[in-house]
Amino acid sequence: MGEKPKLRVTLLTGRTIEQGVGKEHGKSSKEYVESVSVCYMDPEDMKKLGVKDKTNIQVSTAFGSVVVKAQKSLRAPHPSVIFIPYGPWANVIVDPETHGIGMPSFKGIPATVEPAPEKPVLGLKELLELQFRKG
Amino acid sequence: MPVVKAVTCPVCGSLCDDIELTIENGRIVKVKNGCAMCEAKFLGYCCEHRVLKPMIRKDGELVKTSLKEAIRRAAEILAEANYPVLYGWSNTSCEATSVGIELAEEVGGVIDNTSVVCHGPSILSIQDVGIPSCTLGQIRHRADLIVYWGSNPWSAHPRHIERYTSFSEGRFEKSAWRGYVTKIKALVGRKKIQSAIKRLVLKKPSQISTHLEPTFVSPIMRKGRKLIVIDVRRTKTAEMADFFVQVEPNKDYELLQAFRALIRDQELAVDKVAGVPVEYLEDVADAMVSCDFGALFFGLGLTMSGAKLRNIDAALSLVRDLNMRTKFIIMPMRGHFNVTGANTVSTWQTGYPYAVDFSLGYPRYNPGETSVVDVLLRKESDAALIVASDPVSNFPHKAAEHLAENPLIVIDPHMNVTAQMADVLIPSAFVGIEAAGTAYRMDHVPIPLKKVVNPPRGILPDEEILRRILAEIRKIKKKQEAA
Ligand code: SF4
Repeated sequence: MGEKPKLRVTLLTGRTIEQGVGKEHGKSSKEYVESVSVCYMDPEDMKKLGVKDKTNIQVSTAFGSVVVKAQKSLRAPHPSVIFIPYGPWANVIVDPETHGIGMPSFKGIPATVEPAPEKPVLGLKELLELQFRKG
Repeated sequence: MPVVKAVTCPVCGSLCDDIELTIENGRIVKVKNGCAMCEAKFLGYCCEHRVLKPMIRKDGELVKTSLKEAIRRAAEILAEANYPVLYGWSNTSCEATSVGIELAEEVGGVIDNTSVVCHGPSILSIQDVGIPSCTLGQIRHRADLIVYWGSNPWSAHPRHIERYTSFSEGRFEKSAWRGYVTKIKALVGRKKIQSAIKRLVLKKPSQISTHLEPTFVSPIMRKGRKLIVIDVRRTKTAEMADFFVQVEPNKDYELLQAFRALIRDQELAVDKVAGVPVEYLEDVADAMVSCDFGALFFGLGLTMSGAKLRNIDAALSLVRDLNMRTKFIIMPMRGHFNVTGANTVSTWQTGYPYAVDFSLGYPRYNPGETSVVDVLLRKESDAALIVASDPVSNFPHKAAEHLAENPLIVIDPHMNVTAQMADVLIPSAFVGIEAAGTAYRMDHVPIPLKKVVNPPRGILPDEEILRRILAEIRKIKKKQEAA
């Protein structure tokens, strides 16, 4: 097998209405987990990588790496820009550096995306256990 | 069935105060006027993820305990700590925040609110540059140009457009809703025609351009309120706009400075700025200059990317420049319903809006040093109290890690991610549903929150829990002094 395809992108994180609604249902609800363990991608980028809608991808930055579900963005075109809603999955890979003003960088982080059909999207509990060994 | 009118929605910074709730057997069964987030909160708040009993961690497991015991343990942790952080506050009442600050002073900790990870840079910049602002009511009645920059109200503040800006029916400015409906109809019509052509005439769809740019009467000519959206993505809000400027990620600063040049009638010696043709920017700048009363709302797209607070400096300066030609105001789109209140109360009591450090016995403010993420990244704190917030799921992993290592006290109605890491977990009543209080809308107008139903038995509001912890800490300290 050859090199797995990889795509260099810019990662944005932010709010979505699904996340907003899911969060009111409670942070351990299925709605919440499903609304924040996804990554919205430009359909053209998905084609380039050979990933289908609702399949797993691995997003990596200099700060970490996480498996989420790829989802076709309804807001395309935005080539090379990916979007993950705020939440525990996004936090694994955002930039903690606050540049002396107290705020980490949640938007505009260089990242790479690769298909990860064989890797599972971790549930909230597993994700937290892996990260914090508490809870 | 009793119907409670004029309820304030405790979800986002728009604080819509026209919600009508139908109550049956002490439960909310119907929500009128609210958006999807509002409905989800009022109907779903009492869900299975609610914490109903105080809990304490014993041998690695959270076990139920009495309220008294939980408060005693929380007070012990805080009284023993050298440098605790007290964080959250944007989803509770001003009254609770006020007690929280007293508590921070008592224990010599750092008290910070969620604005540090959202509009913190905006606040820093406002302190440097100043801000021309007004109330949302003014905007509703008078603004004829609305700009949303790096903010997507459709998702984050769903009724903002309908209540305060483009689609609101003001006294002097009418709603632009009808124009929008016509536009959408035309757009759908065009799409249908295009796909029909695709199907019938051209069998190879890839050959025709699928980029559908609505071509309407030039928006400058159109009468009524206009909407400009500037964002990195074509959001739902962008689709409603008369002008949509799709800025390249992290290029907002360049774009803002380009607008500043354009509204001073200076020529730009390039074809494109931040990926947008200068001709288009000239049209947008014209629309800004030719309005009677403009309002620029900016969101986290501006504060969180690229130059962060320097973006806001540039945005504030742009609005200052615009005020030489017309009337223009600017306002941050605050997220949590009372994050503005947390800043306001903190400013009254300490002189500073967030990131206040009491470790020397008097308040010090130096974001970047005394802000919670930095304290955590330097691993300096030795205990934490989190009120109505979920930093473990909102902070970058590295910062959250140290928080989870600290003895952690959580006061929250929900079993959120941070609560799962807690060493002491005290459930609280929902402010605005089960407890009354005051909150500040994003335009700094204080609005009362109602109590519409009773909390579950034995569950107290944040304010009361904090008061009890504070009293307990004072008791412990007195004992120590006596000994
Ligand atoms: S816009 Fe915000 S305040 Fe208004 S109903 Fe929706 S969530 Fe509540």
